[in-house]
Amino acid sequence: MATWSRGERPRMFKMNAHGNTKPETHTLPRHLRRLEAESIEIMRDVVAEFSKPVMLYSIGKDSSVMLHLALKAFYPAKVPFPLMHVDTTWKFREMISFRDEMATRLGIKLIVHVNQDGIERGINPVDSGPTLHTQVMKTDALKQALDLYGFDAAFGGARRDEEKSRAKERIFSFRSPGHVWDPRNQRPELWNLFNARIRKGETMRVFAMSNWTELDVWEYIMLERIPLVPLYFAKRRPVVHRNGTLIMVDDDRLHLAPNETPELKMIRFRTLGCYPLSGAIESDATTIEDIVAEMQVAKMSERQGRLIDTDEAASMEKKKREGYF
Amino acid sequence: MDTDALRGFTSTDSKDQLRFITCGSVDDGKSTLIGRLLHDSKMIYEDQLQALARDSVKHGTTGDAIDFALLVDGLEAEREQGITIDVAYRFFTTPRRSFMVADTPGHEQYTRNMATGASNAQLAVILIDARKGVLVQTKRHSLICSLLGIRHVVVAVNKIDLVDYRKEVFDRIVGDYVAFASNLGFTSIAAIPISARYGDNIINRSGSTDWYRGSCLLDYLESIDMQSETAGLPFRFPVQWVNRPNLDFRGYAGTVVSGSIAVGDEIIVAASHRNSRVKQIVTYDGELARAEAGDAVTITLSDEIDVSRGDILAQPTERPEVADQFAARVIWMDQEAMVPGRSYAFRIGTQSIASGSITAIKYKIDVNTGTHLAARTLNLNEIGFCNITIALPATFDPYEANRRTGSFIVIDRYSNRTVGAGMIAFPLRRATNIAWQPLSLGKKERAALKHQKPCIIWFTGLSGAGKSTIANLVDQKLFAMSNHTVLLDGDNLRHGLNRDLGFTEADRVENIRRAGEVAKLMVDSGLIVICSFISPHKAERDMVRDFVGDGEFIEVFVDTPIDECVRRDPKGLYYKAKSGKIKNFTGIDAPYQPPSAPEVHLKTLDQQPEQLADTVLSCLVTRGIIVLTNRTEH
Repeated sequence: MATWSRGERPRMFKMNAHGNTKPETHTLPRHLRRLEAESIEIMRDVVAEFSKPVMLYSIGKDSSVMLHLALKAFYPAKVPFPLMHVDTTWKFREMISFRDEMATRLGIKLIVHVNQDGIERGINPVDSGPTLHTQVMKTDALKQALDLYGFDAAFGGARRDEEKSRAKERIFSFRSPGHVWDPRNQRPELWNLFNARIRKGETMRVFAMSNWTELDVWEYIMLERIPLVPLYFAKRRPVVHRNGTLIMVDDDRLHLAPNETPELKMIRFRTLGCYPLSGAIESDATTIEDIVAEMQVAKMSERQGRLIDTDEAASMEKKKREGYF
Repeated sequence: MDTDALRGFTSTDSKDQLRFITCGSVDDGKSTLIGRLLHDSKMIYEDQLQALARDSVKHGTTGDAIDFALLVDGLEAEREQGITIDVAYRFFTTPRRSFMVADTPGHEQYTRNMATGASNAQLAVILIDARKGVLVQTKRHSLICSLLGIRHVVVAVNKIDLVDYRKEVFDRIVGDYVAFASNLGFTSIAAIPISARYGDNIINRSGSTDWYRGSCLLDYLESIDMQSETAGLPFRFPVQWVNRPNLDFRGYAGTVVSGSIAVGDEIIVAASHRNSRVKQIVTYDGELARAEAGDAVTITLSDEIDVSRGDILAQPTERPEVADQFAARVIWMDQEAMVPGRSYAFRIGTQSIASGSITAIKYKIDVNTGTHLAARTLNLNEIGFCNITIALPATFDPYEANRRTGSFIVIDRYSNRTVGAGMIAFPLRRATNIAWQPLSLGKKERAALKHQKPCIIWFTGLSGAGKSTIANLVDQKLFAMSNHTVLLDGDNLRHGLNRDLGFTEADRVENIRRAGEVAKLMVDSGLIVICSFISPHKAERDMVRDFVGDGEFIEVFVDTPIDECVRRDPKGLYYKAKSGKIKNFTGIDAPYQPPSAPEVHLKTLDQQPEQLADTVLSCLVTRGIIVLTNRTEH
């Protein structure tokens, strides 16, 4: 029997069922292969151990990678759980069209949940402020949706490198009834032996990409040719300057101050959230390769563009305790 | 080194990941070291540095300078108290490797967290404060790393600036460390003088330590070879999920945890012994001809055999263990102490075991010194060597042979908390699937009737060492003292119960197992059981020791040099063995493993059998087996 190194293993024949345009032979570096396999293993464990899992789908780059990993984990079967998007109704329009297109193309069930109560109360990021808006339209909405459908496990794409309190998050993160996270009372997690046991009313959040870094994500997207929302790529878009951040004018719900005039700038987004809360960066990166090159000289973290984290010190930990993803 | 290249994106096929753990005590500068690695390898962005500068003023302990420890102490409580409570995972990358660092707290009460961090680490960086040298906690951290199977250690002698970069200080600490760590099973120990605060020998060689000729820390971490670690292990494929998209496809999804497998290879399902061949290795990216350790794949087989989650596929030549009882090192992780006999749930690989229990704690390990202590329970952060019985047989390997298939967690069946973690030492071969018939009278009651404590007195030693002679004398003396004894002699048993056994390795094990089981039954009926068996292997003697309770197995090593045994040759066996008429004769062409800590060690060369027998008797008195009163006077 011939031997070959990892990079050059022969493909006996090609049967990529989902029509992604990938080169016939591509090689992943070993550290990405390891991360990929680890995430796949986690996803399979969840499907084997839980009765009703769901994948939270935020349409962002991490969600795109998660979805790609799910396709791989269960092939040739279809992804055995639905995607769920908690829609604040303030997502960029391009995100919504990308979401619907992906679900249709892959034939995956997509659940879109909106907190109707919040809509009726008129909660929005512009007038209500980012804190209340996030609490009602994201955190509360997510809890509502999990309860409504009775999901016992929910995949999230959060990574440990994103933020300090995430660095101590478990891969299988236990939530007591009411979706409460208690950072001081987490289950120890050794080896790859996840404790999936829960009682009625309790749930599990599962972070299958815990050990990936932002760099890994971009590199993986590049090598695997994973489709992304166009907003990640630089293009001339209308923006205004607010609090030192570039805010894109996506529709007429963003009230412009008298001195604010949208101007067209070459911009893109490193992370995507609700559009009035997502800061853009000026960039000429129109391809993944450009983005990757740009990352090497980046001086600011990806969360820098997120207005919700700068509210108060340790704000992420606080939000997570309350049930934020 | 060009630090600008550290952010390096230029991945090559060979770029891999190293997962390591940092261990140190509260003030050893662990978090500072990680903060320094992240900062110097440019993994910290400007906005994070600004936040850090703000935090340093608020919580920092370094005056005006940036406190790198605050980068990694993530939870609010930790920042307020200046301690690390939980395991934090940090990441940085260089063009050659990406790194995942488990930062774990050093205090004794957090053994649990250190073990968690160590469980997935390939290497440990152990920090030692140059001013303090090797401390009790250094030993504790090293012992835990060793127990968790870490084989590579970097001793980072930190705060070398505070001892004026003196070589003597470094040399003394390294000498102390190597001396104590020599029996911990590390395959490599590297020592580096560093200052985490000032960056000496972290990313670049320091000018202040000209006497140090080795690599700086990052260089070392980038270049140490980790591939050989798992190369050559047998093929193991724990089935995670059965993939059945339609009636024509039945695949077994899982990750190859060790070894490799190719299409056409024969496999067995370890638990059921059913065999088949690999038909396809399916992945989303196309079929593979071969899957290797670390690959997440879906395997189809050429025969329709029953395989489900929890099964392990292996190759017929290298099978894992299948047993419902095993010995293991258990780390207790819950406030509520572990109680032998209580029912817990277990997860071993992909196998979920609904119930099982720790049947005996042989001893607990003092994590500060490594010594063995008697224990009835295990409290939070205690580590014990235990016997475990589970409701159904599980498939596993000893942890030493395979970290992935030799580890398990213990779960409270009611609260579902993860209460313990374990590393399997070896299977205990006992009766499977036979429930215990509860008996109303036990050995305690029966022994009380005879005014004695039942036990096994196990004589081991070479043929001709004098075992039977001394055993006979002990038997007679006990009888004279009105104790109820029985003597099982190896040779005699081979005339009856063990008549069908020869002298192969397997037969020797079976010979001892049967003798042990018989002895156990007799102990249960309250007797003092005197056994005389060459029993050359430690494993089998320990197996019999495990059959009975604590203090009920008294190992007597009849220590006679081989030359003397050959000279005595009471049965003429050595003569036959030497002339090749007997094969596998202990001491000639089969090994004898002397006991490392026998209860009684008899050196026969300069003492008479009478004296030796009395030595055994006095041991029995000390241990409360017999009482020295003349009951005939009553």
